[in-house]
Order: sequence, then structure tokens, then C-alpha cells
Amino acid sequence: MSDAHDRIAAEQERWHREVAVPSLARRPERKTGFTTNSGLPVQRLYTPADVPVDYLNDLGFPGEYPFTRGVQPTMYRGRFWTMRQYAGFGTAEATNARFRYLLENGQSGLSVAFDLPTQIGYDSDSPLAEGEVGKVGVAIDTLADMETLLEGIPLDRVSTSMTINAPAAVLLAMYIAVAQKQGVRPEQLSGTIQNDILKEYAARGTYIFPPGPSMRLITDTFAYCAQHVPRWNPISISGYHIREAGSTAAQEVGFTLANGVAYVEAAIAAGLAVDDFAPQLSFFFNAHNDFFEEVAKFRAARRLWARIMRERFKAQNPRSWMLRFHTQTGGSTLTAQQPMNNIVRVALQAFAAVCGGTQSLHTNSMDEALALPTEQSVMVSLRTQQIIAHESGAAETIDPLAGSYYVEHLTGEIERQARAYIAKIDELGGAVRAIERGYVQREIQEAAYQYQRQVESGERVIVGLNRYQVEETPPTNLLRVDPAVQEEQARKLAEVKARRDQAAVDRSLATLRTAAAGTANLMEPILDAVKAYATLQEICDVLRGVFGEYHPSEEL
Amino acid sequence: MARKIRILVAKPGLDGHDRGARVVARAFRDAGFEVIYTGLRQTPEQIAEAALQEDVDVVALSILSGAHNTLLPRTVEALRARGLSDVLVVAGGVIPAEDIPGLKASGIAEVFTPGTPTRAAVDFIAGRVAPE
Repeated sequence: MSDAHDRIAAEQERWHREVAVPSLARRPERKTGFTTNSGLPVQRLYTPADVPVDYLNDLGFPGEYPFTRGVQPTMYRGRFWTMRQYAGFGTAEATNARFRYLLENGQSGLSVAFDLPTQIGYDSDSPLAEGEVGKVGVAIDTLADMETLLEGIPLDRVSTSMTINAPAAVLLAMYIAVAQKQGVRPEQLSGTIQNDILKEYAARGTYIFPPGPSMRLITDTFAYCAQHVPRWNPISISGYHIREAGSTAAQEVGFTLANGVAYVEAAIAAGLAVDDFAPQLSFFFNAHNDFFEEVAKFRAARRLWARIMRERFKAQNPRSWMLRFHTQTGGSTLTAQQPMNNIVRVALQAFAAVCGGTQSLHTNSMDEALALPTEQSVMVSLRTQQIIAHESGAAETIDPLAGSYYVEHLTGEIERQARAYIAKIDELGGAVRAIERGYVQREIQEAAYQYQRQVESGERVIVGLNRYQVEETPPTNLLRVDPAVQEEQARKLAEVKARRDQAAVDRSLATLRTAAAGTANLMEPILDAVKAYATLQEICDVLRGVFGEYHPSEEL
Repeated sequence: MARKIRILVAKPGLDGHDRGARVVARAFRDAGFEVIYTGLRQTPEQIAEAALQEDVDVVALSILSGAHNTLLPRTVEALRARGLSDVLVVAGGVIPAEDIPGLKASGIAEVFTPGTPTRAAVDFIAGRVAPE
């Protein structure tokens, strides 16, 4: 083995001297240095001499530790990834119609986008919700809206992902309550709540409560799901938004897994056994344009998480070692200029996610740098996934890029850098402390600013933006949310409040207040409150009263 | 010595996307402006109050949530209500072209849409605000 490597290294040296150097003298390369999209140095050539992979230790086999090659034994030969388009806008009726359209067109799972008031625990009639109702997602105030949202959708057969964080426990309770009304038991439900508050503080901004009580709400959902909703992922530990905020690929892995470590530690501190909840943890990553770097990133994340769970947390169940993840293509890579070009970007990104072994995938639509996508552009992005699945050949064998000297080199490099970030965060006292101290935010913002400078200097070419520009007239066929949604939603809310049993609401909220002030699991009292048609804000206000609110210190 | 241009970078509404606001804020600072950043989730009244307290020449509003038609004109009104009619107000974010004329009519001096180089915003502001 090392003999062979030495021979290759010697030959590589000869090739460099006799072939490459004379060629470079005649024709220099395009640039003096080459890097990945995230700035990792890229050599001219990679050979086995550059990539000392220990196959059995570093790669292994699919479905086995360290899962570099994939979490399932047969991957997409058994079943394609779940095609899951994130959707939601306006009222529950409008979103329900979009869901049915997507399911009829071959989508295999739902993904709910909530509007900002819902994500931050305000009802549609709150003064703070003014102008925001139904804009970036669907407005949900009470169980009645959730009933409408899921009308006619068989919850025992469709898996549903909900992008909800600070009030995730409330929305999960509403989902369980709707299912029970449909005659579906909690143990039959499958889906995911994002429920990842740490990346909200660091990158996405929809926090409500301070870190301590937020972590308690999260571990309460872990415990509840492990016991009652075993097929539900009670968290989706998200690198997506960290990357969108400007991080590099290695930071995306490092910061996300450091957050993962914090959740595992919190759950263990709350008295759970690691193998009781770790198999239900799921992850969510971005896919940007540098195809090879992205494939390597997914493989590195899988390998590193497996090692952390086994070595650091001594998990015994192989399912606890598995990093299962959803991918969304990179919103920040889309250009408002020449939006049709975005179809190609999305296709490259989606192809990377598939070659990297994703469990589910959202492909962005070409018009998303301008507005929410229209039905027509969503169709193109769903078809992109179907073309990759059926026509590209990438789904026919497992981990098709393994053994590429370049991809294996990048996989090792991203794992090494991510480990270094996790070590730094450990040194700072863990992810919660590192975020409170602003370390993670500063690292992300620095990377974002460097990226912007490279774009503006022309060092980094974005087709249609800083090169190959054309004169364009602004597009006019964008999706618009009817401004009447707010009034409509406020009217429905008033109706629900008028017909509900107010005494039952008051009782359930009082019980919740007592539970929140103590240490009991909050899922049961939240479930009772949503069943009494308490509003999302009423429930969150009770918790705000007990927990307080998070106020970050702003620095530039 | 000439006073530097003072600018408040603000995030109106519930929108948590502040990558753009922070990148632009740093570009303003690198261009020699004095920059104050409000942080997330500011109401129009809070923004106007901060503009008054900080005695700024410019308010730069970043919004990607789609609530611009409600929140941007309201911020201009809140500034006027505090006697800050001479403060230059600009905006940036995911704002459809067809909404821009209405926003300008309400008192937003310029709207910068995705892909705009930070230099363009710096130059626009420097051209409009003469340091005292």
C-alpha cells in the first residue's frame, strides 16, 4: 500500500517536473490560486498519493458506521429521497390548495412554511403582525386554522415537515390534535418540526424565549416524541440558515454539529438516555453551487456526527450514530437578474444533494430572489428532482463519487475544519455560550462580508450579476399575497374566540402557567390548551410571562 | 473638520434575515460613515425614536419579509411625526419593481433590490447627504 503510494508520489513529482512545469511556462493558468466556493485551496491534480484514505475506517459500507457512504443499506435503489417542496402563504385554505396541487404532481411529503407572526408567537390580530400576515408562509392562530390547512390530507400516509422553532411544541400539538380528529393516532404520524432554537439566535432570528427555557421546551418535545410519537423527528438541526447567513461549507458543518452536541447534552442533562432520543434527531443542510465541495460536505457531516455520537456520547444504538438530513438548495445563490439561469443553479445544487445522499430535498424555484414562487415555477423545480431521479443515473448506485481523489480530499478537509470549530466552541463553553458571546455570529458575518467583497471586486463571478449582464425589464408575473388576508384571518380568529368555551381556555392556560413555572413536561398542557382552541399567542404569552424574552446584544 | 455621515441601519417588522443589513452596514462603515444598527424586530416608532436619539442623517431600512408596503411608509410617517422630515430614507431587500413607485411616493428616496453592489448605495447616500 505505502509502496504503491510512494511510487505514485515519485511519478507525480516526475510528471510535475517534466510535463506540468514546461506546459505552464508556455501557457499560464487562469489564476494564481484556485479555491472552492468556500475558499478551501484546490490543487491542480489529486492522486492516491494526496489522499491517504483508510477505506474501512473512513468510508466503510452504506448503512454501517461511520456512514460516510450513506445511512441506508441500499440508498436510492430502494426508494428515492422524499421530494418535499416548502410551501405556504396566505390563508390555510390557499396553502391547503397548494399542498394538494403538489401531492397530485408526485410530491411525496409536505413542508409547511409559516408566516412570521406564527413563527414568533403572535396572532394575526396583533399590532406587531401588521403587514406580515400570510406573507412568508401560512398564518396559523388556532387549531381551527390547522384543521383547514390539513383538510383532506391523509396524515397516516403523508409525512409533514414544519419550519417552526420557538413555538414548535405548540404547532406539533396542533398537528397531533388534527390527526386525532381524523382518527389517526400519534404513533402513526411521521414528520419533523425544525425546533432548532440555537440557529435562530445565531442566524435566522425567530427566537422568543431566552436559551435556558428554550432548551427545556426542546428537550420536552424529545421526551414526548420518544414516548408517544416515535416516528416523528422532534428536531431538524439546521445548517441551512447558517449557510444562508453567509458561512462557509466547513462552518455550516461545524456550527450545526456543535449545536447538535448542545441538544444532546441538554437532553442527557434532562435525564434522557442518549439512545432513547438520538435516533430521532434529524438534520437540515444547504446545497450551494460548488458541486464537489457540497458532496464532500454531506459525506463529512455524516462521518463526523457518527464519530461524535459513538466516541463522545457513547451511543450504542447504530441509529443514534446516523445523520439523516433534509437538503434545500441555496436561496442566497439565486439571482434576481436573468432568473431563468436559476433553474440551472438549482439543478446543480440538487444533483449535489443527491450525490451526497440526502433523505429529502426541496428545490428552490427560479423566481425566489424576487418573490414567493408561482405555481408554474414550483412545477419546474419539482420536475428538476424528478429528472435527477429518473434520468440522471445518480440514483442507480450508492455514493457514486466515493473514491474520487478530489472528493475524498475535500471530505477529509471539511471534517477536519468542522472538528476544529467544534473544539473552539467547546473551549468557549459550548454552543449556547458561544452564541451568547457572539462568536458564531461574528464568524458567519465575517465570511459573508468577505464573500460580498469578492463578488463586488469581480474576483468571484456570478453569471448575469457581475458578468454577462443584459438589459432586462422587471418581471411582472410574481406571486402576490392578497393584503385582505390579514382582515380575513382576524375575522376567523374572532369567530373562533366567540364560539369556544372560554372557561376551558382559561383553565388550560392556568394549568400551563403552573407547569411552566415548575419542571413538568410541557407537551401535555400545551396539547390541552390547543384542543380548547387557545390561540398560539395566548399560549406563547403565558410562556413569555414565565420565561421572559430573549434580547440579543447588537454589535457590528 | 467635516462631520461624518451618520446612518441608522434598521430592520423593520418581524423579518429575521439580517445578512444584507449587516453586510451593507459594514460597507457603510468602510466607506467612512458612522453606522448604528438597530438589530431585529423594530417597529416603525422604535426606528424613528432611534433616528431621533442618534441624530442621524440617513435611515437605511432592510426588509425581505414582503411587509414593505405597510412598514416602510409607516416608518417615514413616524420620522415626520418627530420632525425628522429632512432625514434621507432608503430601503433595500426583496421588493418587487411594481411596488417601488408607491414606496418612493411615500417618501423613500431609493430602493435597492437584490444584486445591487454596496458601492451603489454608498454613492447614492454620499451624493444626497452633504456632510456639514
